[in-house]
Amino acid sequence: MALLEIRDVTRRFGDFVAVDAVSLSIDAGEFFTLLGPSGCGKTTLLRMIAGFDQPDSGRIELDGRDMTGVPPEERNVHTVFQSYALFPHMTVAQNIAFPLRMAGCPAADVAPRVQEALDDVSLVGMDRRFPHELSGGQRQRVALARALVNRPKLLLLDEPLAALDAKLREKMQLELITLQKEIGVTFVYVTHDQEEALALSHRIAVMNKGRVEQLDQPQTIYSAPRSRFVADFIGECNLLDCTVQSSGDATLQLDVDGLGGVRATGPDTAKGRTGQRGTLALRPEKVSIARELTAADCTNRFAGKVFDYLYTGDVTLYIVEVDGGRRLEVMLPNNAVGRSSKFFEPGDAVQVGWRDDAGHFLED
Amino acid sequence: MSPRAQKWLVTGPPLVYLLLFFAIPTLIMVVASFRYAGDYGGLAPLFGSGDPDELAGLTLESYQRFFGDPIYLELFGKSFVYAGVTTVACLALAYPLALTIARSPKKWRDLLVLLVILPFWSNFLIRVYAWMIILGPQSAFARGFNGLLALFGAGPVPLLFSPIAVLIGLVYVHLPFMVLPLYANLEKHDPALLDAAQDLGARGWARFWRVTFPLSLPGVYAGAALVFIPALGIFAIPDILGGTDSILIGNLIKQQFLDSRDWPFGGTLSIVLTAIAIAAAGLAAWFARRRPQ
Repeated sequence: MALLEIRDVTRRFGDFVAVDAVSLSIDAGEFFTLLGPSGCGKTTLLRMIAGFDQPDSGRIELDGRDMTGVPPEERNVHTVFQSYALFPHMTVAQNIAFPLRMAGCPAADVAPRVQEALDDVSLVGMDRRFPHELSGGQRQRVALARALVNRPKLLLLDEPLAALDAKLREKMQLELITLQKEIGVTFVYVTHDQEEALALSHRIAVMNKGRVEQLDQPQTIYSAPRSRFVADFIGECNLLDCTVQSSGDATLQLDVDGLGGVRATGPDTAKGRTGQRGTLALRPEKVSIARELTAADCTNRFAGKVFDYLYTGDVTLYIVEVDGGRRLEVMLPNNAVGRSSKFFEPGDAVQVGWRDDAGHFLED
Repeated sequence: MSPRAQKWLVTGPPLVYLLLFFAIPTLIMVVASFRYAGDYGGLAPLFGSGDPDELAGLTLESYQRFFGDPIYLELFGKSFVYAGVTTVACLALAYPLALTIARSPKKWRDLLVLLVILPFWSNFLIRVYAWMIILGPQSAFARGFNGLLALFGAGPVPLLFSPIAVLIGLVYVHLPFMVLPLYANLEKHDPALLDAAQDLGARGWARFWRVTFPLSLPGVYAGAALVFIPALGIFAIPDILGGTDSILIGNLIKQQFLDSRDWPFGGTLSIVLTAIAIAAAGLAAWFARRRPQ
């Protein structure tokens, strides 16, 4: 049985439907992420799981028990807030001891458990500091230790890394994965950062306008997005309007507006539906770029010229204008084997191409 | 401009202000408290004409009088009790009000604060005289109060010209001085802290006593100082609402200057009061600083 069952939950604020008939099932020990742009309903859903808000309809079950009307203080669920919400008048040790004291933990057990929690987040020796004496990363760890000290069934994390700089964020991501594995508590993680979601999660629910657009493992979300929204939201993606011309065993023959014939994979439902309109989703890193491409590598090939490029260190993102006017984004690793050190310059004549399984057809 | 000149530009004006409005008047009082009273009020000359019968120069006479008769220290003690009770009553009344304002919707807050300071726009004495009517024997309030007492078999008590009336007046006049610093503090609290406390298992009262109240202590200390110190020296309220037995140290000081015309003794009483007020303010500041914000 799943640890957390969200059954057909809807939450309205006036005319605005923040969460629209969402059903999710989260297993014990899972690192589950709610991913979506701001206003997609992910935080509202999180607050309902925590108990700060109640669904207008539907219900939330934790460990088989209906949580309707159970206030936050009586739920075995803790939250790591975006602002951390550490108590400024308490030391690190007092902050971490807070949930233990509230739960009526015997005084003699408090100190050793606080030490254990400090050890879990590598903050030993910091117990007498006040929150304002800590760095952003350390505050984050105190918030984690405080939320985990009495081993909740479920830990909710509301954009916990948003306030940290990029370098520290990466470090904390690795620590979060390790911590979650070590203590085995189920994490429900809310973020708008798709890279973070892909890096951390066992499963991701991509949310948009209060609905779950896709619920899958990170690899599936990335390589086989189910809607134009998901493809656009997760990573860089070329989204090209197209029509299904015919379908083979494994691939679809598409007519891409302003480009021409392209072969791509697609959902089974699109098979045989000639004339079906949709979107070709094509990841920039799956597109090759060279002066001359061979048919062996790229079954779909187009000539064009470089319009512009973005150099980002490890990769360069080229914007190529294909003959016919379409612009495609093409990503080229800067350390690619056999790649000349010379960049393509804007105006250079190039060929772009990709394999049949690189593109993915999405029905409208 | 040199850094030295800049420093003086910043610290200079407040320094001049303190010197002009605090240090010099206090110093005048300190000197006055060591002099003799003049024959017709005011002070005797500092340098005498040489006449052996003439009182001139400096003396400890006033301090001897103050410490020689326990009645003066008793009056100080009584004033302390009145100021203390006023402070506690103001805190008890102001805290729920300040919390309600701080947690009401943002668009209402300024209006509610305005209502708190609205009484300042009418004269202080008029507002205290209004209490004479409210507490007077014919008022609905006094009748209702005594009617209530009668239900429990207690005889009617006069409200006006009693210690109760003085306390009501003191609390009424000083209440805004407690509400405002408390509100200023409570309004800044991060609501996420209460969410966090609730999330971590704290029920209503635990959230208040472990999060809201400790965080509001700087506001409590500021409010307590703003109420306690003026309440300690006030004379108008006991004059108007109090009976003959309700005089406080402020009344005694006023008497020395206006009625008895004994400036040195009035000065002595003022100096002791100022010393106590500074000690109280220092204590409040010290308590407030011990708490990190």
